[in-house]
Amino acid sequence: MEFLYFALAGAAGGVLGGMGMGGGTILIPLLGIFLNVAQHQAQALNLIAFLPMAVVALVIHFKNGLVEWKKAIFVIVPALLFAVLGCFAAEKTGGDALRRIFGGFLIALSAFQFISALKTE
Amino acid sequence: MKNTLLRSIGEKERQISEKCVLVCAGIVTGLANGLFGGGGGMLVVPMLAFLAGMPVKNAHATAILIILPVSALSGIIYAAFGNFTLSAGIPVTAGVLACGVLGALLLKKLPVKWISVIFAAAMLAAGGKMLFF
Repeated sequence: MEFLYFALAGAAGGVLGGMGMGGGTILIPLLGIFLNVAQHQAQALNLIAFLPMAVVALVIHFKNGLVEWKKAIFVIVPALLFAVLGCFAAEKTGGDALRRIFGGFLIALSAFQFISALKTE
Repeated sequence: MKNTLLRSIGEKERQISEKCVLVCAGIVTGLANGLFGGGGGMLVVPMLAFLAGMPVKNAHATAILIILPVSALSGIIYAAFGNFTLSAGIPVTAGVLACGVLGALLLKKLPVKWISVIFAAAMLAAGGKMLFF
């Protein structure tokens, strides 16, 4: 039964992610609020669960010539270095504190999302 | 002659400032994506589009190329700290993959604007609950 709930949470995140809306930002709270998954575990699940879908999406976008990889290199290298820092910072933070900081991050992102939604035709 | 020289200097400066913007975008994206285990894509798309002047469609596609290695590395580090279990990982990944395709297909058929608004409201509610309760 638990297997099914996890699959449903992934499905909800997947639909939104497939629509290009950042499905991970809804998968983590779904796992935490409804399935009582600890914050660090929910974040790990999100990081890994979207990888296969991202590979498929990336292949399609590459074929359509939409990927500007020369510019991306300048973003990827510092992003990788600072991601390591972010991961260690998360590990050093307690579960409850991390959940609250994540909640604040989500509120900030929702403002971004409202603005981009209003700009959508 | 003087004009061409001026223009070439302007062009070089423009390219350097664009690279600085891209590097800064990388720092913010990597740090947030590692700390929060996600959300980097939602940050990097507007930065690529509005700060680096990329067309929005290209920004979405390029964001995936950026987030893929960053999330893979972060996922490995989280797993190394013992935060990943296959018993949850397999169903969640299967759900994402199956319905990700569905989402991409639905994109052409659904009123994206209103789904975005509902999504934003859900994020606000979830964020409030996680922050305060």
